[in-house]
Amino acid sequence: MLRYATKRFLSLLISLAVASLVIFVVIEVAPGDPASFMLGLNAQPETLAALRSELGLDQSRPERYLEWVSGMLQGDFGTSYTYRTPVTEMIGDRLWVSVPLALYALALSILVAFPAGIFAASRRGQAGDVGVMGATQLGVAVPNFWFAMILVLIFSINLRWFSAGGFVGWDKGLFAGLHALTLPAIALALPQAAILARVMRSALLDVLDEDFMRTARAKGLTARQALWRHGLRNALIPVLTIIGLQFSFLLAGSIIIEQVFYLPGLGRLVFQSISARDLIVVESVVMLLVFSVILVNFLVDLAYGAVDPRLRART
Amino acid sequence: MTLLSVSNLSLSIHGLRILDGVTFSVAPGEIVAVTGESGSGKSMTALAAMQLLPKGTTTSGHVMLGDDDLTQMSEAALCGVRGNDIGMVFQEPMTALNPVQTIGRQVAETIRVHEPSVSRAEAEARAADTLARVGLPQDRFPLSRYPHELSGGQRQRVVIAIAIALRPRLLIADEPTTALDVTTQAQILKLLTRLAREDGMGLLMITHDLAVVADMADRIVVMRKGQIVEQGETQSLLRDMRHPYTKMLFEASRHEVDLPEAPAPMPLLEVKDVCRDYRLPRKTLFGQPGHFRAVDNVSFTLNRGERLGLVGESGCGKSTLTRAILGLEPVQEGSILLDGQPVFTGTKPNLDVRRKLQVVFQDPFGSFNPRHRVDRLVTEPFHLLDNAPQGAERTRAIDEALTAVGLTPKDARKYIHEFSGGQRQRIAIARALIIRPELILFDEAVSALDVSVRAQILDLLADLCSHYDLTYLFISHDLSVVRSVTDRVLVMKSGQIVEAGETGQVFDAPQHPYTQALIAAAPVLPDLSLAAG
Repeated sequence: MLRYATKRFLSLLISLAVASLVIFVVIEVAPGDPASFMLGLNAQPETLAALRSELGLDQSRPERYLEWVSGMLQGDFGTSYTYRTPVTEMIGDRLWVSVPLALYALALSILVAFPAGIFAASRRGQAGDVGVMGATQLGVAVPNFWFAMILVLIFSINLRWFSAGGFVGWDKGLFAGLHALTLPAIALALPQAAILARVMRSALLDVLDEDFMRTARAKGLTARQALWRHGLRNALIPVLTIIGLQFSFLLAGSIIIEQVFYLPGLGRLVFQSISARDLIVVESVVMLLVFSVILVNFLVDLAYGAVDPRLRART
Repeated sequence: MTLLSVSNLSLSIHGLRILDGVTFSVAPGEIVAVTGESGSGKSMTALAAMQLLPKGTTTSGHVMLGDDDLTQMSEAALCGVRGNDIGMVFQEPMTALNPVQTIGRQVAETIRVHEPSVSRAEAEARAADTLARVGLPQDRFPLSRYPHELSGGQRQRVVIAIAIALRPRLLIADEPTTALDVTTQAQILKLLTRLAREDGMGLLMITHDLAVVADMADRIVVMRKGQIVEQGETQSLLRDMRHPYTKMLFEASRHEVDLPEAPAPMPLLEVKDVCRDYRLPRKTLFGQPGHFRAVDNVSFTLNRGERLGLVGESGCGKSTLTRAILGLEPVQEGSILLDGQPVFTGTKPNLDVRRKLQVVFQDPFGSFNPRHRVDRLVTEPFHLLDNAPQGAERTRAIDEALTAVGLTPKDARKYIHEFSGGQRQRIAIARALIIRPELILFDEAVSALDVSVRAQILDLLADLCSHYDLTYLFISHDLSVVRSVTDRVLVMKSGQIVEAGETGQVFDAPQHPYTQALIAAAPVLPDLSLAAG
């Protein structure tokens, strides 16, 4: 297992290096000068020159790349051109909202999807299966911003259980923070849970047809025991893959939900900095997201190894 | 006293009749073999005895285990019977074990599920004893092994250990050796017989291979299309063979064909000092990757018009050699020449040679694209030709190829799912014949077929030999088939050819110890004339 983990970790480092190079090259090589792009068409030559030297555009490209990377390694992402504040600080604030929100939504999604998927698979073709599958169909189809508004209507405006938006901050306590994130997390989790439940069901159904499930039944296990003891762990590989993808998506893909609930998250930051043409922030956030995707993939790989002894052996 | 008594058992799945009035019994310590071709209902009989039937099954009749009628039992009561009173062994050892659990845990589970009071440690100790009993001693096969760390025969031993851990009264084995090599098959059959005799356990063997059970079973039940056509004590059943179907099965199993004389030797395929290495995964992160030599210094010549056999057990390198001859992979050393030209040049197969070579694979179900019609499937090799026949010429070629293999020209417009396994294998042969290749490779081409269908395909081969002057390389693990359809035979072991010679000579007087072991392990039908006398 240790060798497997080391190998996966090395591949993580290589992916990161390649990703940073690609992002740098894309932003550098994109036609036009980043400074004039950021300042727009009517920029004064003096301001342009000032920005160019501020961005370090007068240096050679390899120098700028090394500077950018070594800055990031020390936690220095540069200074936002629009806000005149360190990007590290801006991102840091947003991460405290986005990461907990993504984890919260993912936890809800798993909590709903696993039982639903297992329930449906164990009743293949019966009313329970058809019902759950119909519900997931609906869950995938409903746009989550609309669902978010319905949640606000019911739980904030009518029942007054939750606030309709905004984030109180973690200094008000863990409960207050989670409370504020509950409605957005539910709105985010709904389509994810629906997809995950479907994946769980089909993965389990595939496993149920395997020969070793028949061996388990021939041993005297009930259908339910066979499913829990032999089916579930074998069905986890495709499910883990989807969970990994979902987390990466939840981290940055929640722009609309953040907008609906007025949450100061990463998605809104990206949106704002793209509108403001603040390349430094965009570049940093993109790198951060890439890092999180690669990290999550690494964790998923480790989970594969824990679940399936054959993968450990192969490396 | 009977242990298992099946009486008047009929069974339908979604209204389709699978079993029809099946009646037989197994006594304690008795070995009963149920045999028949695919679709005879023999496997469903085994599942019915376990009451592990697919959804939508309706049954009538009785399955009595001692004094209990299994058809009347609740599911909960049946779970108490399965694994405890009846154990079951399946055909595919590669997939019959849970890949993510250790073998110790899987064997111990049988004990723990029926005797919840037994501690984990005690269950594991008993699992270790059971594994030792089936020939997997702890010093070499600790409980912590995973299935993927074992060979097929070893995995089948684990499946047997799971089935006999609680010393059940009845063991059902559904084609337990079909997926195994002959030498492994002989060991597993010996093990099953020993266990049945030692424990006084009834053994119900399901098999398509009469030879497997002829010298092992006490009684034989012959099934066809869901009905029992004949049953009786092994010796008298084989002696009398009252039912024509039994006779047909028996004769088809030992079917021999008449090959036309091979022409004077003139080399067609020359394989010289061929080695094929595979890279193994690195052992350490920065270490040199190791190599596995799958084909080791193999040389032989195949003459024009000759029928050459290649036998060996799984992993011996025969498939690798086949791929190398087809030019699908480069070889590391040596040369493969067809008509003096190399089959592989630079980085790709040599097209000039490829068009002189065709292949027929084992699986008649997996080797066709299900969305293409037969005419398109059969004409696939045309892409190797510079001037492929078009229009009427193409139609004529298709008609001729289909007719040659015993099908009709109008089959050309059908899809592959409309054909049986034997017909599909005929189509595969038509596909190989259509460009009149110099050499055809048959890679286990009849291994997946029922004996009666196999006999027909072998006849077809002999027939084609006299019409088309076929030259072929027949690769198979089935010695009796190779004996019948080849002039010369090569025996392969661990990547090397250990013996080569005239087929009859090699089989009658094998020189190499490995060939001797192979031939000794192969199950043989008793000679009827002797049995009668």
